[in-house]
Amino acid sequence: MKKFLLSFLCVLSGLLFGALILKLSGISPIEAYKVMWNGAFSRPSYIAYIIIRSTPLILTGLSVAFAFRTGLFNIGSEGQFIMGALSAAYFGYMFHFNPWIQIPLVLGLSVLISALYGGLAGFMKARFGVHEVISTIMLNWIALYFSNFMVNLEGFHKANTETTEFIQPASSITLLENWKSSVAGMSWFSRHEFLNEFFRPPVNAGIFLAIIAVVIVWIILTKTSFGFKLKAVGLSPEAARYAGINVKKKMTQSMMIAGGLSGLAGATHVMGVAKNIAILAAHEGYGFDGIAVSLIGSNTPFGSLIAGFFLGTLKYSGQKIQSALEAPSEVIGIMIGAIIFFIAIPVVFERFLKIWEKK
Amino acid sequence: MFILELKNISRTVGDCVANDRINLKVKTGEVHAILGENGAGKTTLMNIIFGLVQPDAGSEIYFKGERTSIPSPRFAIKKGIGMVHQHFMLVRPFTILQNIILGVEPRNFLGLIDYKNARAEVLKISEDYNFKIDPDLKIENISVGMQQRVEILKTLYRNAELIILDEPTAVLTPQEVLDFYRIVNNLKAKGKTIIIITHKLHEIKEIADRCTIIRKGKFIETVEVCNTSEEDLAAKMVGRKVDLKIKKSEAHPGEIVFKIDNLNVENDKQLPSVKNFNLTLRRGEILGLAGIDGNGQSELVEALTGLRKIQSGSIKINGFEIGHLSPKEIYEHKLAMIPEDRQRRGLVMDFKVKENFVLQNISKAPFSHYGFILNRELVKFANSMMDRFDIRPRDIEQNARNLSGGNQQKIILAREISNNPDVLIAFQPTRGLDVGAIEYVHQELIKLRDQGKAVLLISYELDEVINLSDRIAVIVEGGITASIDQEEINTQKNIKEHIGLYMAGRSLE
Repeated sequence: MKKFLLSFLCVLSGLLFGALILKLSGISPIEAYKVMWNGAFSRPSYIAYIIIRSTPLILTGLSVAFAFRTGLFNIGSEGQFIMGALSAAYFGYMFHFNPWIQIPLVLGLSVLISALYGGLAGFMKARFGVHEVISTIMLNWIALYFSNFMVNLEGFHKANTETTEFIQPASSITLLENWKSSVAGMSWFSRHEFLNEFFRPPVNAGIFLAIIAVVIVWIILTKTSFGFKLKAVGLSPEAARYAGINVKKKMTQSMMIAGGLSGLAGATHVMGVAKNIAILAAHEGYGFDGIAVSLIGSNTPFGSLIAGFFLGTLKYSGQKIQSALEAPSEVIGIMIGAIIFFIAIPVVFERFLKIWEKK
Repeated sequence: MFILELKNISRTVGDCVANDRINLKVKTGEVHAILGENGAGKTTLMNIIFGLVQPDAGSEIYFKGERTSIPSPRFAIKKGIGMVHQHFMLVRPFTILQNIILGVEPRNFLGLIDYKNARAEVLKISEDYNFKIDPDLKIENISVGMQQRVEILKTLYRNAELIILDEPTAVLTPQEVLDFYRIVNNLKAKGKTIIIITHKLHEIKEIADRCTIIRKGKFIETVEVCNTSEEDLAAKMVGRKVDLKIKKSEAHPGEIVFKIDNLNVENDKQLPSVKNFNLTLRRGEILGLAGIDGNGQSELVEALTGLRKIQSGSIKINGFEIGHLSPKEIYEHKLAMIPEDRQRRGLVMDFKVKENFVLQNISKAPFSHYGFILNRELVKFANSMMDRFDIRPRDIEQNARNLSGGNQQKIILAREISNNPDVLIAFQPTRGLDVGAIEYVHQELIKLRDQGKAVLLISYELDEVINLSDRIAVIVEGGITASIDQEEINTQKNIKEHIGLYMAGRSLE
């Protein structure tokens, strides 16, 4: 309860600080927040977009949170996301199976490859003592340029574009994709206005996968002896080592799972929304946002779920200020930054709560 | 007459009352001991005197008869109060001189540090009190005893009249302790007033004039030390009668169960730390390994428990070589350990009590089934341990962090004993524990011995080694330099001085 109140206070302070920034840039904060609120919840399609937007954030957040519980700071979520997206785009285009085989196969391979990619950082830490923050930052860039290299590969690259070929329809996890444009579907949707609008954006199965991942991670962390050992390593590596837990192995395993989760984020993004990948000039930030999600969600699975939705909502509705009020979209970035900043200094709020309790 | 008078000092943090209306009167020029168990509120009281924390409203402080408040350490120092913390606050790469003048550097007309005058003054103080220090040595190159002198000199350089010493002998060797007593007497002779925080009774008898006893944050009484016995002091501190002498029967050593041959281990800097180490342990005996901190004990224990690679040599338990096995395998060969640092190595502090009981065995039946934890088995086991070892509070859902040091140690003890070990390595098993808990741990170790287990006691507290051990070995620079058998422990009168000399590196004559 207290923790919840704390998070709430942090978010509130962030919003207030954001209001201040808005005010300083000559925009009415009340007006702006109204635009954001309406831009997020006033139409079914907006809600659908928020879900789409939040899915990868939930998964990368979960990835960072999971590694964190083993005492590892997974900055590499970004690169693992790219590896997952690249694998999904590649295999999703190359394979020609029926969807019941194709989808699990492509998903599975993407998760596996990004798990190995994440595990590499864990292994380097365990074997050679390379700090995971350093190695994952490097691996992020390697993933980015490797992905760009692959995009230009003959037979994968789409001519005269900056992108790859689209994945096969059998690889798509977008919900009701074909039915939406079929005669039967169109006539059904014309009678159901809410759902019609809700399904207009590329709503996909990614959100279900994300929620399942959240539940599985929660089970691993709270109900299994494997999770028990991971947590012991995270809380006290010395005590864990003395208790006979193979700390190095646990670190590698933890990074593999974290990598797999980030890879799943990338894969669902490609298979459900983007359908291909493009040349990247810079990191897209899904992985880095995962760090923020994990932090806001206090490194717990369900916290990541809620925080993922929260950040997804902010990011989506924040764009709307730009068009509606001609405000710089950077303000939204500043506001999100402020919220994270306030979460990073909970001591201040704890003190505040204490004084408040005394009175 | 009184340099410092405290009246009704209270300090409340949340619901926790650290100090409850404490009264303290310190006479000018005396050595005044503050005695109390861990967590009794001694350190809080001293922090109030030194201005590190503020007392509640209604508390009164008089310094030299004047009502005052001490808002900060800076203010305290200006008033003439100095404090030497248990863990020294020295800059290790700096010289003694630099450390002493740090923060109050005298300057010449150019604004540069006037080392010449500073050195002269430091040397003068050193001479006055017979400190025998060389101001140009670096802190990292001098002994712990010398470091303590630097800390005291620091307070004198700042013209302290009242010096607070927090657990001053905790880190000293027996010989250094004698030097320390001499220094305290010198200070007293020059009219300085000393407050010593301690829970060592013989130390109080040795140097203190009066002693104020605190228990659970409350003032109990102030006594004249010369009229009070150690037993009385202990009883007042704990609130009940305690046995200071460990009662144990004659040991009946059985077969050899643990054998270390020519063991060589390196430390983190890849320098030899344990050198050609030999030791034999029999069932039914407690072997005490005496030695000064830093003579290879940590590396030895880590090697024995599989946490550190051994360079050469052999470690056998029941004739089985365990020298190159992992911690887990060694544990399964019935070697258990109470680690030196219970908070870092013994427990996962942010795990619940019930989880800490099964750190090694979580994957095994009955605690896990197909990788899933069976909570009711955890609860059952934890509850039985809580009852058997009287661990308080009886709340297995509580994080280990929230328990007192004594109860934390009981968790470790319970866990390690529950595996039915053949050999128990007890490394500093009573460090930081209060009298009651020490008594308990000692009794448990003796009980284990009487059940036919072998106990290797490694301790920096010579008294503990002498009182508990059936046999004593002395470790100096990673090797055994002396070995003392049961008969000699019982008959030799000056056993403590005797062993102390070995510990200081005197070789066998």
